[in-house]
Amino acid sequence: MDNSALAIEVKDISKSYDKVKALDHVSLNVQRGEIFGLIGPDGAGKTTLFKILVTLLNADEGSALVDGLDIAKDYRAIRSRVGYMPGKFSLYPDLTIEENMEFFATLFGVTVEQNYDLVAPIYKQIEPFKKRRAGRLSGGMKQKLALSCALIHKPSVLFLDEPTTGVDAVSRSEFWDMLHNLREQGLSILVSTPYMDEASRCDRIALCNTGHILDIDSPQHMVEKFDGNLYGIKARDMYGLLKALRNDDYIANCYTAGEYHHLLAKSGFDPDRLKQDLVAHSHSNVEIKSIIPDIEDVFIKLLSNEQH
Amino acid sequence: MSTLKVLLKKEVLQFKRNSFLPKLVVVFPIMIMLIIPWVTTMDVRHVNVSVVDNDHSQLSQRIINKINASEYLTLHSVTGNFDLSFKSLENGDVDAILEIPKYFEKGFVTGSTKKLSISANSVNATKGSLGSQYLAQTLAASIKEMKASLSPVQAGDLVVIQNRYNPTLEYRNFMIPAILVILIIIITGFLPALNLVGEKEAGTIEQINVTPVSRFAFTLAKLIVYWVAGLIVITIALIVAWLVYGQTAVGSLLTIYTGAFLFILVISGFGLIASNISSTMQQAVFFMFFFVMVFMLMSGLLTPIESMPQWAQYVTYVLPPRYFITIMRSVFLKGATFYDMRFNFLALAILAVVMNLGAALTYRKRS
Repeated sequence: MDNSALAIEVKDISKSYDKVKALDHVSLNVQRGEIFGLIGPDGAGKTTLFKILVTLLNADEGSALVDGLDIAKDYRAIRSRVGYMPGKFSLYPDLTIEENMEFFATLFGVTVEQNYDLVAPIYKQIEPFKKRRAGRLSGGMKQKLALSCALIHKPSVLFLDEPTTGVDAVSRSEFWDMLHNLREQGLSILVSTPYMDEASRCDRIALCNTGHILDIDSPQHMVEKFDGNLYGIKARDMYGLLKALRNDDYIANCYTAGEYHHLLAKSGFDPDRLKQDLVAHSHSNVEIKSIIPDIEDVFIKLLSNEQH
Repeated sequence: MSTLKVLLKKEVLQFKRNSFLPKLVVVFPIMIMLIIPWVTTMDVRHVNVSVVDNDHSQLSQRIINKINASEYLTLHSVTGNFDLSFKSLENGDVDAILEIPKYFEKGFVTGSTKKLSISANSVNATKGSLGSQYLAQTLAASIKEMKASLSPVQAGDLVVIQNRYNPTLEYRNFMIPAILVILIIIITGFLPALNLVGEKEAGTIEQINVTPVSRFAFTLAKLIVYWVAGLIVITIALIVAWLVYGQTAVGSLLTIYTGAFLFILVISGFGLIASNISSTMQQAVFFMFFFVMVFMLMSGLLTPIESMPQWAQYVTYVLPPRYFITIMRSVFLKGATFYDMRFNFLALAILAVVMNLGAALTYRKRS
C-alpha cells in the first residue's frame, strides 16, 4: 500500500465529448480515510470524473493519482485497488446474489470468506436472499449488493457514483450510515450525489456544475463562510410574491425553496420596508424571517456569483 | 486459470438461465434441417404444359401421353388453337406451350422438315430453360420411340451421362452442407456478438472493466461457450441428415469437424469485431447482416462461384464460407481428404488469425 497522504489527487483534468466540455480543468484532493462528496446537478461532470478515475475513460488533459498510482500509467494496479459502484445497477441480473459475490471476488483473486468482515454489515442484510437472482431484487437490495460487490476485494479507495439516486429516504439514510462505518475501517470514499441534503454527511464536499468546481470545503465551513443575509419569505400568493421580489432592487437573488422563498439581500435591504411594500401591493399573509443558509443556498449563491 | 474457470462458469450459468438460447441451439438446427432441404430445391418439377395439337396424329397422341406420364411435366390442356394456349400462359396457368404443326407425322415419315415449337414463360429463368429442356427431352424420346417402331434396327445412345457423387441429381445433397455453414454462421457468429454488446447495453461490462481480469480471458470464456454450442449444432444437423435424409459423410468426420472448428474461429472472431465497433445490439445486428448476406449469396453456398463475373470471383477469396463450403461439399459428398483440402484449410486458418487479430485490435477496455 502506498503511504502518500492522499487517496485521490486530481490535477487539472479536462474531458470533452465532441463539443461539450464535460470537465474543465478540475482539480481536487481526497484525504485518506475521508468521505468526499461530489455534489452537483445532472450534467455537472460527476460521472465523467468517476470514469476517468476508475480508468474507464481517458482524460483529454491533466493527470490524477489514485491511491498514489497514476491513472494513465498504472491503470492495471489501480483496478485491483479501487471499488467502483456505477450509477446504474450493473451486476449480472441472471446470476444470484451469491453467484455475483463469488464471481467478482474471484475476478479480484480473493474469496468471499477472506474479506467477509468488511462486507458483513452490509451483506448480512441481503444474505437471507442469496439464492435470489440479482435482477429480481428491490432497489435498496440491489444497492446493497452492488456495494458488497464493490467492497469484496477490500479496496483502499471506494468510488460511489450517485449510489442513493432512486432510493427511498430511509434506505438513503441507512446507506450513509454504512459509508460512515466503512470510513471507520480506513477506507477513503469518493461519492457523488445530486441531493444537496446529503452534503452534510460528507467530511468534505466539492460543489460542481457544468464541469467546473465551484468550491471545495467541509460542509460546515462552507455554510459558515456564507457572506450575506438570507431571509425566508412567504405569502398567500407565492408565485406573485416571487415575481414581485425579483423586481426589488435590494434583493440579489431569490428562489423557491419549499415552504418559504429564499432571498439573498443586498446591502441596504430592510425587511420591514419590503413587507410594507408587499402589503401595499395587495399581498396578504406576508411573513419574513432571517434564516441560516444550507448547502443549497451556498450552491445557488456560488452559481450566481459565477454567472455575474 | 481460476479466473477463466469462474468466467466460464458464469457464461454457462447465464447461457443455461437464458430462456431462449439453450432451446435455440437444439431446436433451431433440427427445424432448419427438417424443413429447408425439402423446400429449397432447384429441381424444376410440375412444369405445366399446354399442347396445341394441329396434327391429330398417332405421333402427336404419343407425345401428349408421354408428357402426361412425365414426372417433371404436367399436362395442363390440349387445344387446337395457339391463342387459346397463349392466354393460359399469360394467366400464369401454363409454363410452356408445345405446338405440333399440321402434317407433322406425315412429314416425319416422308422426311420433310416440319418443326415443333416450344414457347416457355421464362420470367423465372431457371424454370423456363429447364422446363423447355425437359420438354425437348420428352419429345426426343417420343420421336426415338416412333423411329424405333418404324425401323427394326435399334440405334444405341451415343452419349451416356453419369452424375458422380450425386447420382440422383438431388439438389438436397448440395444444400445440406450449405445449411450446416449457415447454421454455424448464425450460432457462432451472431450469438457471441450479441452477448458482448448485451453486456455493453446492460452496463455490466463497466463493472468487469474495473476488475483486473484481462480482456482476453473475458472474451475467451464467452467464445468457448459458443464454440461448444456451434459444435453441438453441427452434430445435431449431421445426425438429422443421416436419420432423415440418409446422407452421411463420405469422407472423414474428423476432417469435417476440423474444418468446422476453424470456420467457427473465423466467424466468432468476425462477430467480435462487430460487437467491438457497435454500442447497441441493433448496430451489431445490422453490421452482421450486411456481411452475412454477402457470405450467403457470394460464397458459393447457393450458386456456383464459377458462374459469377470475374471481379466477384476475386472478392470471394476473402469470404471465409467459400473455403468452408468447399471443404464441406468435397468431404461430405466426394470423400476428399484433409490433404486434398489443404489449401482451403490453410486459407481458413489465415482468415481465423486475421479476424481474431482484428477483434483484439478493436477491443478497448477504456475509451
